[in-house]
Amino acid sequence: MLTETQDLKQTSAGSHTIDLTINGKHTTLSIEPWVSLLDCLRDHLNLTGTKKGCDHGQCGACTVLCDGKRVLSCLTLAVMKNGADITTVEGIANGEELHPIQQAFIDHDAFQCGYCTPGQICSAIGLLKEGKANSRAEVKELMSGNLCRCGANVGIIDAIMQVKDGGSYE
Amino acid sequence: MNNFGYKQASNIDDAVTLVAASEKTSFIAGGTNLIDLWKYNITNPAELIDINHLNELSNIEQLENGGLRLGAGVKNADTAYHPIVEQKYPLLSKAILAGASAQIRNMATNGGNLLQRTRCYYFYDPEVPCNKRNPGSGCPAKDGYNRMHAILGTSEQCIAVFPSDMCVALAALDAVVNVSGPEGARSIPFKEFHRLPGDRPDLDNNLKKNELITSIDLPEKGFEGNYSYLKLRDRHSYAFALVSVATTFTLDGSIISDARIALGGVAHQPWRSFEAEQFLEGKTASEENFALAADLILKGAKGFGDNDFKIKLAKKAIIRNCLMALRPETQLPGAQPAA
Repeated sequence: MLTETQDLKQTSAGSHTIDLTINGKHTTLSIEPWVSLLDCLRDHLNLTGTKKGCDHGQCGACTVLCDGKRVLSCLTLAVMKNGADITTVEGIANGEELHPIQQAFIDHDAFQCGYCTPGQICSAIGLLKEGKANSRAEVKELMSGNLCRCGANVGIIDAIMQVKDGGSYE
Repeated sequence: MNNFGYKQASNIDDAVTLVAASEKTSFIAGGTNLIDLWKYNITNPAELIDINHLNELSNIEQLENGGLRLGAGVKNADTAYHPIVEQKYPLLSKAILAGASAQIRNMATNGGNLLQRTRCYYFYDPEVPCNKRNPGSGCPAKDGYNRMHAILGTSEQCIAVFPSDMCVALAALDAVVNVSGPEGARSIPFKEFHRLPGDRPDLDNNLKKNELITSIDLPEKGFEGNYSYLKLRDRHSYAFALVSVATTFTLDGSIISDARIALGGVAHQPWRSFEAEQFLEGKTASEENFALAADLILKGAKGFGDNDFKIKLAKKAIIRNCLMALRPETQLPGAQPAA
C-alpha cells in the first residue's frame, strides 16, 4: 500500500493519477485533489447509483464500501483512496441474482422514493460484515447514519434482521 | 470551496516538514470534519498533507508501564472494537460508539477526534461574525440561538462547546497526548490539551504550530469494573450531545476510593471538577452524595437563555450516570439512559 501511494504521480494542472478497483474492475484516472470520491464515482465514472444527499456527512446516502468498510464518499477525497477497492450499489448483485440484502429490501418494502436505498444497502452490507449488531436495538443504533425521509425505517430494519438471522424476521 | 494541492507524507518528520510550507497547509487524516469545513467555506486550505498511510500512526500497542498506546491514525471504530480497549477501557469504547455514525467512525481517526472543531451554528456560517472563526468580529451566540452552547468556562468572546464524546472518556481516564513537531516530540496531559476560550477562542487546544498528534496513551488503570457513559441529545442516535457524562469509580464495598466524572457538551473542553471527585472519595456511593458532587461540578454554571435547561439536565445526568456506573451491565447501546 505504501509503495503504491508513493508512486502517485502528479499530472497537469494539479491532477493526480490514481488507481481504483471499482466493483471488481480496475480503473486508472487523473483527478484533481478536491474531487470527492462521490463526485468521482458519479461524474467521472458515470456510476450514478451512489447518491448525493446532503454532501456533508449527515444523511448516509453516499455510503459505499471501501476495502470492505462502509464509508461516506462525500467526505472522502478520491485522491486519498489510491489503490483502494471500492464497492458501490452497482457492484453487489451477482450477475442477475440480487444480493440477499437487495432481495430483503424488496420483500419488506424497505423503501418508498428509493433515494436513500443505495446508501442503506451498502451500509447494511457493511454492518453485517462488521458483525457487531446482535439485537434489533443494535442494528437500529448501527444504522443511524443512514436517514430515510420517507419513513421506511421499520422495513429497512426488518430487511436487515431477516438477512442477519438467516431468514427469520421479527 | 477553493482548490487545493495535495501531497502524501512518507513519515512523521516528513509530515511535520511538509505542513510548514505555508499558513494554509493542513494535515488530512479521516477528513470527516476538515472536508465538511472546507465545503462550508470555513477553512480554505492551500495544500493538504495526507498522513493516512503512515505506519507509525496506525498501531495500538501495550506499554511497558501497563498502559495502552493508541496510534493517532487508528480509526475510531478500530479503537472502540479493539479487544484490549473493550475489556480494559470499556468507558472509552462506549464513548466512541456513542459518537457520530458507523460510517464516520470507520473514517475518523483518534488524532482527528481531538482536533474536531465546534459545531456552533454561528461558527459554521461564514456570513456572520464569530470570534473563533474571525477573531474580534463578535459572538452572536451569546444573545442568539444558544440551545447547544456552553454553561461552564465561557468567556465574553465565545460560548462554543467542544463536541467530542471520545475525549470525554479520555479526560476521565487521564490520557496523555503524544505529539511531534519542529522542536521534537513532547507529551501533553489530557487536561492540558484542550483549552477554555478566554480571549483567544480561535485556539481550540494547546498544540504548537505544525505539531502532529502521533498517539494517545492510556494509563494502566482502565476502570473496567464501574464505569458509565451517558449521552443526552435531541435524537436517540447520530446527534451531538446536549450533555454527556463519563463516570468511573473504584469501590471498596460501597465506599468510593477513586472517582472520575467528566462532562461533554457543556464547555469548550471536556469538563472535570477535581473538587467534586475529591469530595466523593471516601464517601458512600449514594444518590445523595452524587447530587452533592453534581452541585460542586456545576458551581458557577451559567446559561445564556436557550441553554438554561442544560444546568438542570447536567445535574440529573451526573446523578443518573453515577448510579449507572454502579451497574454497568444495565447499559444500552448508544449510551442511552438505562431503565
